[in-house]
Amino acid sequence: MNYLVIIIGAVLVNNIVLMQFLGICPFLGVSKRLSTAIGMTGAVAFVMVLATIVTYLIQKYVLDSLGLAFLQTIAFILVIASLVQLVEIILKKVSPALYQALGIFLPLITTNCAILGVAILTIQKEFNLLEGVVYAIANAVGFGLALVLFAGIREHLDLQDVPKGLKGTPIALITAGILAMAFMGFSGLV
Amino acid sequence: MNQWKNFSKGFIKENPVFVLLLGMCPTLGVTSSAINGLGMGLATTFVLLMSNIVVSLVKNLIPEKVRIPSFIVIIAAFVTIVQLAMQAYLPSLYKSLGLFIPLIVVNCIVLGRAEAFASKNTLVSSAIDGVGIGLGFSFALVLLGSIREILGSGKIFNITLYSENYVTLLFVLAPGAFIVLGYLIAIINRIKKN
Repeated sequence: MNYLVIIIGAVLVNNIVLMQFLGICPFLGVSKRLSTAIGMTGAVAFVMVLATIVTYLIQKYVLDSLGLAFLQTIAFILVIASLVQLVEIILKKVSPALYQALGIFLPLITTNCAILGVAILTIQKEFNLLEGVVYAIANAVGFGLALVLFAGIREHLDLQDVPKGLKGTPIALITAGILAMAFMGFSGLV
Repeated sequence: MNQWKNFSKGFIKENPVFVLLLGMCPTLGVTSSAINGLGMGLATTFVLLMSNIVVSLVKNLIPEKVRIPSFIVIIAAFVTIVQLAMQAYLPSLYKSLGLFIPLIVVNCIVLGRAEAFASKNTLVSSAIDGVGIGLGFSFALVLLGSIREILGSGKIFNITLYSENYVTLLFVLAPGAFIVLGYLIAIINRIKKN
């Protein structure tokens, strides 16, 4: 039951992109085509779950036990940056096909605030490791849902007759606003 | 003259938010009121100034290959300073900005200036660049925060302008952030064209 609340809360009610404003850069940047949106979602999901597990263990067994909690920000960003590098190197060797698919998105993920955000939120909400993993997966799904929905809308938007001044980013942002309004309908669900 | 141009480019011509579309997460996330926008803007300005100074000082000591990780560590150190100082002296602001303070680390504006400007320029012009871009970012945040606060809660900087019965609550909620920023960028594009 507890896990269900975490999942619904993260995917729909407090959607990471539309309600918490994390990961806006890839949300706007790679949402022009559906296929790139799906590739980005895969890469984010992969790194988000890994990063949450590793940062959780670091917080629990290194920072907390040594009384270094104030180094959280520095430690986490270093862990995430090296993790992304490591994943890139391993993927290149083990699964060249997956590397080809995720390749260009991986380096971008270091500066994706959704990853660091979820890692910090897992600590702040005092989840245990399993809850943290569920929370990370749910947030990755929420990220993917918002990104795929938005990419679908934007593919149509290209064909519409948008007023000249609103073309490009402005209309995309307003569309995202309306999408966020739709997601507000889920509030109160959990 | 040249330094003045260096300082003032961040406000309109190279405004990080309206023109370069960087740092969108804090821009949308914290601007439910003007005062939050100002707090976030000044915190980021401090980090920008200090990291630009340090990066321009150590730029010749850092090997080319590990330059990005080194910049991130420098930035993270100053973010931690801001985080601890704010927690101690401005606890209510710290609470309302919440997660977005540690997330200054991954704000593309800060790393972008370190990489594109401070790693190539002298100490003085890097410092001026940091303050200029930081204040341009603050300007964008305060503008967005003010509009949302006026429309959404009838106040500006907590001073009541009109009765709460007439406010459109939507503008202080999540969708309002996207919609107001969308129209603001459209207006800026229009101004720039003329």
